[in-house]
Amino acid sequence: MRRKIVITEELMDHLAWLARIKLTENEKREFLRDLNRVLEFFNEIDKVDVEGIEPTTHTALLTNVLRDDVPHKPLPQAEVLYNAPEKENGYFKAPKIL
Amino acid sequence: MEERDVKIGLEVHVQLTALKTKLFCSCSSDYRGKPPNTHVCPVCLGLPGALPVVNRKAIDYAVMVALALNSKINEKIVFFRKHYFYPDLPKNFQITQYDRAGGAPIAIGGFLKININGREKIIRIRRINIEEDPGKLVYPTGSITTSPYTLVDYNRSGIALLEIVTEPDMSSPAEARAFLNKLRSILEHLGVCDCELEGSMRADANISVAGGSRVEIKNIGSPKDVEKALAYEIIRQSQAISKGIIVKSETRHWDDLRKVTVPLRVKEEEQDYRYFPEADIPPIVITKDYIEKIRKSMPELPDARAKRFVRNYGLTEYEAQVLVTSKWLADFFEESLKHYGGKPKKLANILINDFLRWVHEKELEPNSIKAKPQHMAELLKLLEGKVISIKILKNILPEIIVSGKSPQEIISERNLVKISDKEVIKKIVLEVFIEHKESVRDALVNKKAVHYLIGQVMRKTRGKADPELTHKIVLEMLEKVREGEIRI
Amino acid sequence: MSVKAYRLEALEIIRNVKEGNLCITDVIEEFLERIGRVEKKINAFITLRSKDELLQEAKIKDRLLKEGKARGLLFGLPIAIKDNISTKNLRTTCGSKILYNYIPPYDATVVKLLKEEGAIILGKTNMDEFAMGSSTETSFYGPTRNPWDLERVPGGSSGGSAAALASGEAPLALGSDTGGSVRAPASFTATVGLKPTYGLVSRYGLIAYANSLEQIGPMGRTVRDVALLLNVISRYDPYDGTSLKVKRRDYLESISKQLDDLHRRVKVAVVREMFEEGVSKEVVVIVRNIVNKMVKEGFVVDEISIPVIKYALPTYYIIAMSEASSNLARYDGVRYGFRANVHGDWNEVFSETRGNGFGKEVKRRIIMGTFALSAGYFDQYYLKALKVRTLIIKEFKKAFEKYSILISPTMPTPPFKLGEKIADPLAMYMSDIETVTANIVGIPAISIPAGFAEGKLPVGIQLMANYLKEDLLLAMAAFIEELTGLKNLIAEV
Repeated sequence: MRRKIVITEELMDHLAWLARIKLTENEKREFLRDLNRVLEFFNEIDKVDVEGIEPTTHTALLTNVLRDDVPHKPLPQAEVLYNAPEKENGYFKAPKIL
Repeated sequence: MEERDVKIGLEVHVQLTALKTKLFCSCSSDYRGKPPNTHVCPVCLGLPGALPVVNRKAIDYAVMVALALNSKINEKIVFFRKHYFYPDLPKNFQITQYDRAGGAPIAIGGFLKININGREKIIRIRRINIEEDPGKLVYPTGSITTSPYTLVDYNRSGIALLEIVTEPDMSSPAEARAFLNKLRSILEHLGVCDCELEGSMRADANISVAGGSRVEIKNIGSPKDVEKALAYEIIRQSQAISKGIIVKSETRHWDDLRKVTVPLRVKEEEQDYRYFPEADIPPIVITKDYIEKIRKSMPELPDARAKRFVRNYGLTEYEAQVLVTSKWLADFFEESLKHYGGKPKKLANILINDFLRWVHEKELEPNSIKAKPQHMAELLKLLEGKVISIKILKNILPEIIVSGKSPQEIISERNLVKISDKEVIKKIVLEVFIEHKESVRDALVNKKAVHYLIGQVMRKTRGKADPELTHKIVLEMLEKVREGEIRI
Repeated sequence: MSVKAYRLEALEIIRNVKEGNLCITDVIEEFLERIGRVEKKINAFITLRSKDELLQEAKIKDRLLKEGKARGLLFGLPIAIKDNISTKNLRTTCGSKILYNYIPPYDATVVKLLKEEGAIILGKTNMDEFAMGSSTETSFYGPTRNPWDLERVPGGSSGGSAAALASGEAPLALGSDTGGSVRAPASFTATVGLKPTYGLVSRYGLIAYANSLEQIGPMGRTVRDVALLLNVISRYDPYDGTSLKVKRRDYLESISKQLDDLHRRVKVAVVREMFEEGVSKEVVVIVRNIVNKMVKEGFVVDEISIPVIKYALPTYYIIAMSEASSNLARYDGVRYGFRANVHGDWNEVFSETRGNGFGKEVKRRIIMGTFALSAGYFDQYYLKALKVRTLIIKEFKKAFEKYSILISPTMPTPPFKLGEKIADPLAMYMSDIETVTANIVGIPAISIPAGFAEGKLPVGIQLMANYLKEDLLLAMAAFIEELTGLKNLIAEV
C-alpha cells in the first residue's frame, strides 16, 4: 500500500537540519523541485514485490572478522592536529556548545 | 511527603577497561592522564578513509557479562550506526547496536538480584549492547554555559563500552544504588572492568513518579551521584505534582556542582538517529561451543562466592552478601583469613561491623585503603591473646586502614598494650578507690556505682586495662573494703 | 628510444627500464613534458607533485637500478591516483572545497602497495565531488575534458584518471567505482577500467561515498596493464573488515593460460534489458558488432532476460545516497578541512561549513539519503531497496549458473557534451543504467574499447563475471582486445 509522499519545504528544512546543511534561499527553491523528482525516481521500487525477502547489506559473505587485542603506535600529536582549522594546547578547538 | 509510586530504569555505560586496545582500532586503551590527542589513529579520529575492525576480546568479555547477567545471547550479532552531530563524535555517528530493523545486540533479557532491606529483589535487564565511547569535551571556563568555545580530546574516542539497559524495576534511589553496586561487583569479579577508574561506569537514569511522564537524567558520573540525582528528581517531581503541575517528558542534565538537575535538550523530539547497518563490519556469529568455552573460563561470580562463604566458612547469608558487595572486600576477607587461620565468623564480624562501617563513613575507595590482610590477622590474634581489648581494636583500626601501619606499630607508638597484669590493675584500682571515696561507699550498696569505678580505672589506664579483669578485681577489692581488709 | 615513453604501454616501460633501454629519469621527464603540454587543456590533475620531487625520486630509483637493488613489479613506473584515495603528506581533496587543504597523515593500503612495488606517484586526479557524478563536472576544481573531444566529458567520477591515461599523461591509474565510476570514464576515453569483486581490493584509505558498493579499480590503456596493476593491489588487508582472504593470483599469467580455448570453456550471454531502454542506437550497433565477431570465433552467445534489472538504478541510488549521508557526516570543520568563518554555536558553524563546503549534487544526495533513512520512510525506501538488492543478487546467481560472462554496453551513449546533462540530475543518473548492477551484486566488471561512434567518440563494451572470476574476465577482455585491435589508444590533444 503506497502512501503518496511529497517533500514539502517543511520536510526539506527538517532534513537539512538533520544533516546540518544550511541551504540558501535559491538552493531551497531549486532543491524542492529536484528532490521531488528524485523521489519519483525512488518510488519506482514500489512496483517490486519483496514479500519474504531478506535485506542484503554485505555482498562479501564474510563473518567474524576480528582483530587481536594488541596495541599499535598511535599517530604523533602533531600529525593528529596538523589539519585542524583551530587548535589550542593539544586540543581541537570546536565552536561553543550553548 | 506521601509515598509516591516511583519507577526507575537505568542505562549504564561500562568501559571494558581490561582491554588493552580500543573497540575498533589498536590504539592503547590506557588514555587516562595522558596529554590530549596522543592516543588516536586514523580510525578513532574518524579520518576520511579509515575503517573499523572489531576487537576479538571485546566480544569475549561481552559474552561473559551477558552470561553473568543471565541474558540470552544472540546467535548472530551486527553493528549499526547511530547518527547525531556533536563535536565529541569524530564521525558524527556512533557505531553501536540496535534491536530493531534487522539489528541484533549482543544479548537480550536477563536479570540480577539485589539485596535491599534484607529482602532479595530481581532487577530485569532489557538488553546489552557493545558500542564505542565518544571523545571528551573540555570547557575552558569550566562550564558548558559560559565557555566561548570547546576543546576536544579524542583519546577516549573508540574505547569499548557495554551499554546495559534495565527495565524500570527499581522503586527507590537506594535500589538504583544497590543495582549499580551489584553490577560493579559482578564486573570486577569477571575482571572486565576496573570500575574504580574515573569515568569507567556512567549511568543515565529514567524516572517517573506516580505514573507520570518519564524523565531522563544524563551526565551522572558515578553510582553515588545516581542516588543523589534520583533523590533530587523525586522531590522535584513530587513537589510539581503536589502543586498540580504536569511533569513533562524531557531530558535533564545532572549538574554535579550545584547538585540539581537542569533541563537539557530542547529539540528532543527531533532526534532521529537514522539507525542503519554498519556495512564496514561483517556479522559476528556466536556459536554454542564458543559460549560454553567462555562460560567455563569465567571466574567466580559474587552470588556463587557468597554461597561458598556460607558453605565453607559458616557465615550467614547476610554476612556473605555484604562481603561480596565489592570484589576488593571479598578478596581482602579471604586473604586475611589465610593469614589468620582462625574462625572466619570472627574476622567477618570485624570486617563488616567495624572496618566497613568506617570505610563507608569516610567514603573511602579501595585504592585509598592501605590496610593489608596480614594486619587483620594480626589484629585478631592480638585481640584473642588479650593483648588489646575490643575497644582498643576499634580505636586503632581507622589508623591501620588509612596509614597501612601494622597494629603492632600503632600499639607501640601509642602505648596501647592492654594491661592484664593483676598487680598493676590492683594498684590502679586502689588509686581510684582513694580518689573516689564517696563512690566506693556508694558501690558497696549500689551495683551501678561499680561501673562508675570501673570506668575510672579505664580512664586512668586510657582504655588499656582489661575490662573483664578490671571488673573482677574491682569487685574483689570492694569485698576487701567491706570486710575491712583494705582501708581507704 | 624512438618512441616517446608516454606512448608506451606500462608493461613496455617496465621491460625497457629493466633491460636498460630506458632510464627512469628520462621516463619521468617525458611524462612531465607531456603533462606540461596537454594538462592545461585537459585538467586531469588536482594536485601534481613538483618536478623537483619527481625527478629526485627518479634519480634515486635509477641508482638503485644500477646497483641491482631494483625491487617491485612497478619499479620506476609513474602512476596517477584518484583524489579520493589517501596519500600521506600529499593533499587529498575528493574534488571538494570541504577538503581543499586536507593533507592525510597516512597512506591508503593500495598506495602502500604501489610504493612497495616501486611505483612513482605523479599526483592526484580530478573527480566528481566525493565521487558523486558520472562526468567529472561536479568537481570544485573545474571539469576535466575528454582528450578525444575537448568539448565533451570524459565520464566520471574517475574522469581525471581516465583522461590522464587517454592523453598520455600517465601509463597507469587508480580510480574508484561505486556505480560505474571506473568503467564509465574508461568507456568514454577508449581506455580499460576494471571494478574488482567487492572485497578483493582493500578500501582502507578510500574516502567513503557508499561503502557497501565501492571498490578501488585499476585503470590503464591495455588489458594486460590493468591485470598488472590488479596483481599489485588485490591483497588481503587486516585494516579493512570487508577484505577477502583469497589465494593470490597472477592475473597476467591467467590471461596467457586461458586465452587460447576460451570459446570452448566460456558460455556468454547478453542481457536483453541492457540493450533496450535509453541505449543509443549507435552504441547498440558497435557492441553487437563485437558480439557477432565473437560468434564467428566460435563463441556461443545467448540472450537472457533479467527483468528485475529495471529496478537496479533506483535501488542503487537509494542505497548510495543513504550511505553517502552517513559517510559524509564527519565533515564539520573541527578536525580537518574547510571551516566556515561564522560565529555561533556548533550547530550554526557545522551547518554553515557543510552548506558552504559541499557542492550542490553532494548536498542533494545527502538530503535524499537522510530522507531514505529517517523514521517513517526507512522501511519504504532504504530497507526495501536492500530487499530489491537481494532479488537482483539472486537473479545474477542464477544467470552465472549457466553463463560465465555477461556482455552489455558500458554506457548508454557516447560521451556527451560538457554542460549537457549537469543541470538535470536525473538525466545524469540515467548514464549509470548499465554499470550499477555490478556494484549492487558485488561482482567484477570491466570496460574495454569497443569502437568509435561517429568515427571519433569512444564507446566501451562491458563484461561481467561471477565473484572472484577476474582471471576469466581479463582473459575474455584480452581476447576481445585482440579482436578489435583497439589497444593502447592515445588521443592527439
